[in-house]
Amino acid sequence: MTTMPLPSANLPARWTYGLVAIGAALWLIAYRLYEPAADWLVFGVLHLPPESRFGESLVFFVADVPKILLLLSGMIFLISLVRTFFSPERTRALLGGRREGLGNVLAAGLGVVTPFCSCSAVPLFIGFVEAGIPLGVTFSFLIAAPTINEVALAMLFALFGWRVAGLYVLTGITIAVVAGNIIGRLKMERFVEEFVWNIRETAGMAAERLTWRDRLLRAWESVKEIVGRVWIYVVVAIAIGAAIHGYVPQDALVGIMGKRAWWSVPLAVVIGIPLYSNAAGMIPIVAALIDKGASLGTALAFMMSVVGLSLPEAIILRRVLKPRLLIVFFAVIAIAIVLTGYLFNWIM
Amino acid sequence: MLTIKILGSGCPNCQKLAYLTERAVAQLSIEAEIEKVTDYAKIAEYHVLSTPGLVVNEKVVSAGRIPSEAEITTFLATALSGD
Repeated sequence: MTTMPLPSANLPARWTYGLVAIGAALWLIAYRLYEPAADWLVFGVLHLPPESRFGESLVFFVADVPKILLLLSGMIFLISLVRTFFSPERTRALLGGRREGLGNVLAAGLGVVTPFCSCSAVPLFIGFVEAGIPLGVTFSFLIAAPTINEVALAMLFALFGWRVAGLYVLTGITIAVVAGNIIGRLKMERFVEEFVWNIRETAGMAAERLTWRDRLLRAWESVKEIVGRVWIYVVVAIAIGAAIHGYVPQDALVGIMGKRAWWSVPLAVVIGIPLYSNAAGMIPIVAALIDKGASLGTALAFMMSVVGLSLPEAIILRRVLKPRLLIVFFAVIAIAIVLTGYLFNWIM
Repeated sequence: MLTIKILGSGCPNCQKLAYLTERAVAQLSIEAEIEKVTDYAKIAEYHVLSTPGLVVNEKVVSAGRIPSEAEITTFLATALSGD
């Protein structure tokens, strides 16, 4: 096994640790200051009357933007750091030879911590099938990995706290285990495109040996990449959320998005499908809707649909799955999400 | 002469990797043939589970992320000196 050089930064390890410590200190200071700073700006500098609708919306916006961007950056740094300890190759090795059942649970759990991008869904699928991992176990991974992604998790934590974020993770894992198990039981191997079964692998990549310095640098790289990509959606969504917060009357949405409206759950799932990959832009709006009477089950179903059911991913997976299996895959997840929505509307 | 392959379906990350690789090649002013491999069956033969992947002289040097230009330069230099 050879070690891979990581010359990305010629930064000595000691410097990296120092920079991380300084970054963490600045993060903490900013986190203590954003709220008084927002109040001071809106009511002190701009002299808006505290009871005005516009003032209320504006202070909500000015305080929420730094808060959520700070929490998003911090969470993504930590999640990315954890993920440097996992790789799809390692996950595949861990799942090889597992049976259905326990294998589904392990696959769903690993789906949460393994770095995954939906553009890699096909090579990953082929690699798993080649390694002899059962189809149902592979699907458990392919459901958990995109559904419980770092952006959704960080946004949920930032806006709703760890309880709802934890609930989301548990629900996502449960759906992945159950749906994967059902697909496994349907014995649909013949609906996988033939070429997948005929691939012979040759050279592999030598396992990387990362130092803590490398891990910290990679975590920082993903913060830059992800936050650089999503921050604009977050800001716009918080602005919309702030407007809803200030202008929409309390309980205005109970009738259409509340618990009693039985049709709201499937409708939320259908609306969520085309909004793929925009968890960052959806979650602040969902938070404002919940504030105005939308129920948590409906909101949760909507968020899972946004991240878990995606048309682009369906199109990508069509390369390896025949239409019948693709439809079963999506239908099973959609039904599981709808049932989850009803369950939470019922118990909460 | 290096043979470089970029493995990936043509997603934005793969294009970025291709761009950085071309720059690294130009900067080192070496002779290299860069090929984009988009066929999933071919990608799978390299044992790559997450794209984009970078292959130098038939050896996978990076997968599942976009290495920095400096890293790519080192990959290429290592491959040149290893011949």
